[in-house]
Amino acid sequence: MMEAALADLRDRIVAANAAKTPLRLRGGGSKDFHAEALIGDELDTCAHRGIVDYEPSELVVTARCGTPLAEIEDTLAQHGQFLPFEPPAFGEATTIGGAVAAGLSGPRRASAGAARDFVLGAHLVDANGELKRFGGQVMKNVAGFDASRLLCGSLGVLGLIAQVSLKVLPRPYDEITLRFDCDVKAALALFHRWRAQPLPVSATSWHDGVAAVRLSGSPSALRAARAVLGGSVLDTTQAPTWWLGLRNQTHDFFRRGDKPLWRLSIPATAPIGAFADGLIEWSGALRWLHSAAPAGEIRAIAEKLGGTAMLWRGACATTRFHPLAPANLELHRRLKREFDPNGIFNRGRLHPEL
Amino acid sequence: MNSRPAGSARDYSIMNPSVATAPRYDADARRFVLRQALSDVLPVQCLLTGAEETTPFECDGLSAFRQVPFAVALPETEAQVRDVLRACHDLKIPVVARGAGTGLSGGAMPHADGLVLSLAKLNRILELDPVACTARVEPGVRNLAVSEAAAPHGLYYAPDPSSQIACSIGGNVAENSGGVHCLKYGLTVHNVLGLRGYTIDGEAVTLGGAALDAPGLDLLALAIGSEGLLLVVTEVTLKLIPKPKIAQVVMASFDDVVKAGDAVAAIVAAGIIPAGLEMMDRKATAAVEPFVRAGYDLNAEAILLAESDGTLEEVADEIAEIERVLRAAGSTQCIVSQSEAERLKFWSGRKNAFPAAGRISPDYYCMDGTIPRKHLGRMLRAIEEMEKKYTLRCMNVFHAGDGNLHPLILFDAHEPGEWERADRFGADILELCVALGGTITGEHGVGVEKLGSMCVQFAPAEREAFFAIKRAFDADGLLNPGKAIPTLARCAEYGRMHVHAGALPFADLPRF
Ligand SMILES: Cc1cc2nc3c(=O)[nH]c(=O)nc-3n(C[C@H](O)[C@H](O)[C@H](O)COP(=O)(O)OP(=O)(O)OC[C@H]3O[C@@H](n4cnc5c(N)ncnc54)[C@H](O)[C@@H]3O)c2cc1C
Repeated sequence: MMEAALADLRDRIVAANAAKTPLRLRGGGSKDFHAEALIGDELDTCAHRGIVDYEPSELVVTARCGTPLAEIEDTLAQHGQFLPFEPPAFGEATTIGGAVAAGLSGPRRASAGAARDFVLGAHLVDANGELKRFGGQVMKNVAGFDASRLLCGSLGVLGLIAQVSLKVLPRPYDEITLRFDCDVKAALALFHRWRAQPLPVSATSWHDGVAAVRLSGSPSALRAARAVLGGSVLDTTQAPTWWLGLRNQTHDFFRRGDKPLWRLSIPATAPIGAFADGLIEWSGALRWLHSAAPAGEIRAIAEKLGGTAMLWRGACATTRFHPLAPANLELHRRLKREFDPNGIFNRGRLHPEL
Repeated sequence: MNSRPAGSARDYSIMNPSVATAPRYDADARRFVLRQALSDVLPVQCLLTGAEETTPFECDGLSAFRQVPFAVALPETEAQVRDVLRACHDLKIPVVARGAGTGLSGGAMPHADGLVLSLAKLNRILELDPVACTARVEPGVRNLAVSEAAAPHGLYYAPDPSSQIACSIGGNVAENSGGVHCLKYGLTVHNVLGLRGYTIDGEAVTLGGAALDAPGLDLLALAIGSEGLLLVVTEVTLKLIPKPKIAQVVMASFDDVVKAGDAVAAIVAAGIIPAGLEMMDRKATAAVEPFVRAGYDLNAEAILLAESDGTLEEVADEIAEIERVLRAAGSTQCIVSQSEAERLKFWSGRKNAFPAAGRISPDYYCMDGTIPRKHLGRMLRAIEEMEKKYTLRCMNVFHAGDGNLHPLILFDAHEPGEWERADRFGADILELCVALGGTITGEHGVGVEKLGSMCVQFAPAEREAFFAIKRAFDADGLLNPGKAIPTLARCAEYGRMHVHAGALPFADLPRF
């Protein structure tokens, strides 16, 4: 039998679909800003919560969508494990369903992989209120299309992600962070050099004249890497605060409200140009920039460099997400029509037309 | 958007009914129209229509399923791929993409009324960027060729299917292939940054790219593992990673298969993710040892190969820890490779398990289910029972670290009834995989082979969602039709054939 909380959600969905009224899916609400638009009656997922299954030796955790991210991370930590993609929590209320629907990844992205790389399975409640179980709880699974990874980052436009199974990993034995005082060009050169070598780099950043690199692994591996890299060791209270500040965007840089904050996702090796004022992560593949320049200009630059630009925070006369190529948009329209013909789920959140 | 080449302006409307309602044309007439259409867009040497030329394409690595295609196209450029697709779309001709044909589930098996679209001639490495650590390749490039090209830069492409000398990157993408090192380094989906392909109407789509993410739905993840049903891949951007400084492998013997299975879980529980963690049972070691002389312990009921890679210091620590855990788990003998030659020797038996099966048996049938690691021992016991039930032998090689099983059922296709028994044996293993919380295919794909087992793993609601995805990409159902997703009718038929106590197992799982 379906749990009561899920049955309630299902009933609301069925009713909304019958009436063709839009629903706005909401977990902790910490990513309300991460939307093109918030339309429809709120459907709060928080009551459908709890870890369904977790066996450390299987490296998988399965949880209902409304489970607080913090609850999952605490449980994993008790067994020396973690979510390697370091999902950002923009507030205490962040739920695992919201984290997967947003599909965002933290500082470890460039070395460990993205949120979707750790999605093994997902349950979807579609517009008809039907529960569909995609993927599973095992590491390798190619039966059927990979719909669970499709749901990761879907921002709820295909339906309610009711439950997810995520691959977890043992926490690294040890971590140290090295600091280098250098300009942005020198920082990028370092990142590129390190990437092509077998080094236990688990995160990099550059901001305000300081490059930081986090190393994760066995004590012997860290000792050996330190000898190769040089730099000075950041003390063990400062270092975790720095990375957590980037991951959850509590660092002052993200709070500056004067100009819109742009998120550029571009090839790590893209040239740097004028960037004295920004913040860099993912070895250069993620670049944050406060800029009042016209959106079109910023987007054109990002495209020219082989990537895209998202308006992250602040107001600007433009869509938040980088526009989709026409052929891709057409596929989005058709998928939306198949999964949610009445357009009830998170209408307009991912794209004005969806 | 691409404009249509002038050459394909021919009007095929009279030959253009929908596939579902099409009267069956006289085969010769169809062949004539298709040949006309394709000769407009392909050089003459790129189109094969005679039976003697098309028969070599009748099957992939799963030769139990064969079908001579209507015609075979071997385009040499991406534009030709696009034009072939457009012509077939206009004519409503089914298209089956094909890489190297090493697939093990009949995914590339031709369609009787369709075209095989071989990507074999698109085999150039377009760009290798040692700073960005990426390679941009055409789909026909062989998997191993990427690592060979990257080697001078100290880089390689991590997914290493045992078929890597032959299989193509396009096929790897379509199957989301794995290898012995995917426990630590991931499957194809974790190592592809972007791709370009064409939907059946000849529309180009770019998914992902050289950046680490892209806006919108993750169509890249959806395309990977889609078995040629959604689009034809014409270019792939791969992630390359630095070669580890050193690798060493521990070979551990066990006097009991359940103990060996438990040892796998123990390693992971100890916080170790080995670079590779493989298991072979006694029947498998007995088959490979005379053939490759890998030095396997033939008295052991099962052996494990656990590899560690990284820096010298890391590997020394990890190997010591792996050995400790294996001994505590009851290993009767642990040998650590002392040189690169010895490491490769230990692996050679595992890598040659399939050919070895082919040496000791006229035919073998390779299964590919995945189960939670903790059930490995239980599965091996169950397979022993099935050997008795079907009076066929089965040797077991497992990607144990990820719970991915490759039982090799030995049979003789010339003995009446043996293939049917092997087929049912395989279906039983897959049903047990589902019952144990696993899946019917970990890396080889559904193809035509596992359509029936799909009915066991998925309820009608999920199968309908798969068809919905298919319709979004290919409304007429022309790309690799009849593969990967079973129809309701097919499942009803499977249900009648595999009746367990009067009901299809799990078909009646509570949906709500
Ligand atoms: C001895 C042996 C060992 C093997 N070991 C492994 C292993 O360790 N791990 C593993 O995962 N697999 C393994 N395989 C299976 C097989 O090699 C893989 O599935 C491989 O990826 C298939 O590649 P291919 O080029 O031969 O594809 P094909 O067999 O030609 O095609 C496979 C599927 O891909 C589609 N396809 C091919 N090219 C394209 C394209 N460009 N665009 C769209 N669709 C396309 C086809 O339509 C078909 O559905 C093994 C096979 C053999 C014979």
